[in-house]
Amino acid sequence: MRILTAVIAIAVGSMVLLGYFSTSFINIQTLLLNWAIILAGVAALAGVFNLITVHGNKVRQAEKNSIYSAVLVISLIATFILGIILRPQHAVMQVILNGIILPVESTLMGLLTITLLYAGIRLLRRRVDVMSIFFIISAVIIFLGSATLPSGDIPLIGTLVRPWLSQIWAMGGARGILIGVALGTLVTGLRVLFGVERPYGGK
Amino acid sequence: MTPIIALGFLFLTIFLFLVVFLFIKKYTPQFREILALTRLARSLGLSVEDGKRLHISLGHSSLLDERGGSAFAGLSALRIISEKTSVSDMPPVASAGDAALGLLTQDTMQAGYQAAGVEELYVHTTSRVTGLTPFSYTVGAMYIASDENVSTNIMLGHFGAEASLLADVADRNYATLIGASDNLAGQSVLYASTQDALIGEELFATGAYLDTSSSHSASLIVQDILRWLIIITLLGGSALKFIGVF
Repeated sequence: MRILTAVIAIAVGSMVLLGYFSTSFINIQTLLLNWAIILAGVAALAGVFNLITVHGNKVRQAEKNSIYSAVLVISLIATFILGIILRPQHAVMQVILNGIILPVESTLMGLLTITLLYAGIRLLRRRVDVMSIFFIISAVIIFLGSATLPSGDIPLIGTLVRPWLSQIWAMGGARGILIGVALGTLVTGLRVLFGVERPYGGK
Repeated sequence: MTPIIALGFLFLTIFLFLVVFLFIKKYTPQFREILALTRLARSLGLSVEDGKRLHISLGHSSLLDERGGSAFAGLSALRIISEKTSVSDMPPVASAGDAALGLLTQDTMQAGYQAAGVEELYVHTTSRVTGLTPFSYTVGAMYIASDENVSTNIMLGHFGAEASLLADVADRNYATLIGASDNLAGQSVLYASTQDALIGEELFATGAYLDTSSSHSASLIVQDILRWLIIITLLGGSALKFIGVF
């Protein structure tokens, strides 16, 4: 079984990869990617089932804060059933989306700005080194240079320092990091493609 | 022209990987110290002794796009971590923000238990899909980090700025946080939120630092060789441009 799963993964991976370099493999690449999308849809159902199982167990065992698990399971099942019966375009489903889900995500976004500010404040308490000081100074300059003030841009910082910092130094650093990430992704992908790394089939 | 260069680069990577893999079987490579990974290795042992959990968050990478690389790197680390900590009273918990990644998380953790010879201890609810959007995933992972006696949060995968919420929970619970993301916003947030940050490709080095297998070490050496090749190409190209060849 393990060998079969590895053979399938390697064969499918190789054909999808070849599709990027040879026109003869484009059709099979498209077909395989479509299959993958369908499988990802099925996996989403498995993921939802996993979520219900985990939180259902918490409620059954009356674990700490299990009330939130109960709310999650009830909301999930109710939304799922309503979505199937009424369809996503129905007014009730739109109310659920626009009245509950989107505001909750917006609230989290607001909370995120506070936690980011707090993380910035704590940085120098946690780690006092040259890089952290540069990090804070850069963040403050970018922040001041991007701030919308009634008087317009802050002279020098908004017009000269911020663009110089963000378009030369930060851009260069970001490209360097992204090249590193791309190389890591390439090598990791090849490890999976050749079956050296097999996060499937229980090995 | 671009596909030919890409294909050439691909074959070069494969060739280097094979050569290095065969070469390092005879020699043990020495890697520079990465403080975050030293801390991670130490926290694996401490969690077993303290009777506390490790929480491994694999982010919300989709396996169908370029973010899948970080997911596979996270899974590779998860496989080693689950093998090393499976005998703990409090088994590690893994969370994923993508359903397909969640399935692989279960399979990987089970394989770790199997390798440790304690497959019967594996509980499938220790690998969880906590949400399918970045925020819902993070909130679900925050719930684990705050309520399940977690001593160390390990974030390896694709995280955006929302990683800050999870980092904040870890801080408030006095838990150690080790994080790496393939996303620039996520990296900057984790840089500000962790004691020792993992930057860029260090995410992909986790496997080699936790496990001394030849294949992990070979991957890391190939990454280093390719990085030097790119640096030389960039500098050479700039020099040639400067002297007017291009």
